[in-house]
Amino acid sequence: MLISSKVNENRYSRQELFAEIGKDGQEKLLDSKVLIVGCGALGASHAEILSRAGVGFLRLVDRDFVEFSNLQRQTLYSEKDARERLPKAIAAKTRIAEINSEIETEAIVADVNHSNIESYLRDIDLVLDGTDNFQIRYLINDAAVKHKKAWIYGAAVSGYGTTMTVFPGKTPCLRCVFEEIPAAGSSPTCDTAGVIQPIITSISAIQTTEALKILTGNFEDLHGSLVQVDIWRNDWRSIKLGAPNGECETCGKENYQFLNAENAEFFTSLCGRDAVQIQPPNASKIDLEKLESSLKNVGRTKLNQYLVRLNVDNYEITVFKDARAIIKGTNDVSVARGLYAKYIGS
Amino acid sequence: MKITVNGEEKEIESGLNLSEVLDRLITLDHKIAVELNKNVIRKKDWETTEVLDSDELEIVHFVGGG
Repeated sequence: MLISSKVNENRYSRQELFAEIGKDGQEKLLDSKVLIVGCGALGASHAEILSRAGVGFLRLVDRDFVEFSNLQRQTLYSEKDARERLPKAIAAKTRIAEINSEIETEAIVADVNHSNIESYLRDIDLVLDGTDNFQIRYLINDAAVKHKKAWIYGAAVSGYGTTMTVFPGKTPCLRCVFEEIPAAGSSPTCDTAGVIQPIITSISAIQTTEALKILTGNFEDLHGSLVQVDIWRNDWRSIKLGAPNGECETCGKENYQFLNAENAEFFTSLCGRDAVQIQPPNASKIDLEKLESSLKNVGRTKLNQYLVRLNVDNYEITVFKDARAIIKGTNDVSVARGLYAKYIGS
Repeated sequence: MKITVNGEEKEIESGLNLSEVLDRLITLDHKIAVELNKNVIRKKDWETTEVLDSDELEIVHFVGGG
């Protein structure tokens, strides 16, 4: 490790010349641990920027695999990753090792939910939001507030995006600002409105700059705002957020409603796709080879060490080791649930 | 009267509260955060907050994708 550090002693020189970071700040970054929830467009961008900046440990959690339709905006991934159907967390870890072999990354292929999120964030310094739906952001907010971890919300669709930094106890939390979760289907998604890459880079740039400030202890420089960018119209606006709302369910009353949803069933429509994810609660690991051989007569199958894919009728069913499945070809949860029951069993 | 909404001047009837103004400006099925003259106004106070001539309103939408 010492030898490689010497060889690469200029690696962070330009960042160390930046006065707000300096050599001390660089040491702090190398000692930092960051959780990136979701490695889609935003998360992959966070991972690339923070790995280049020398954040010492990145935990990457993602439930999805790389597809050709991702390559337009998910800058860590290649055609090879899409052809091989690699899980995004794995593909991201591999690419980051090429970018910066001096930092450590941990790839976790899983759906982040109330049963596992606390184990992912307990030992880390900061959480970056690279997710794609409202539900999980309230869950991250609950877990981060409960464990007093800073987290940085970011989202993008079409040509616009929004971000805010939550520092429990110091700033308002997500629920202080948006008290109610938007109803399903009430907001545009990548599915309905599309998305262009530059808004991803813009929102990620704001989020990762905030991350660098927090990790280097420059708390007074945090923007303290809800920021909205429309990159197509070059419209940048922000609302100063001030102090936490004492009546907030989450940070005021410590009612962690999303974290405590013990009997929740995990059905999610995936942003940008005609697809539903199913995560059976308390499922045990799946023997992928065995599953594939049982599905061979049903339709076209594909097996790799991470997943089994079945193409049947007009559906594509991808099953991961943790029993989670992504069912493509429908947005209807009951249809997806039926297909899961039919081919995978529940 | 004239108010400024996200940097653009808009003509709007006078005597309205913030909730009524927002109703006229946007479809409310989108979740939003609102700042009036540099102060964040929580949803529970929208109906009791009067909007006056020359007020400056900032509206930020809650975005879900990524």
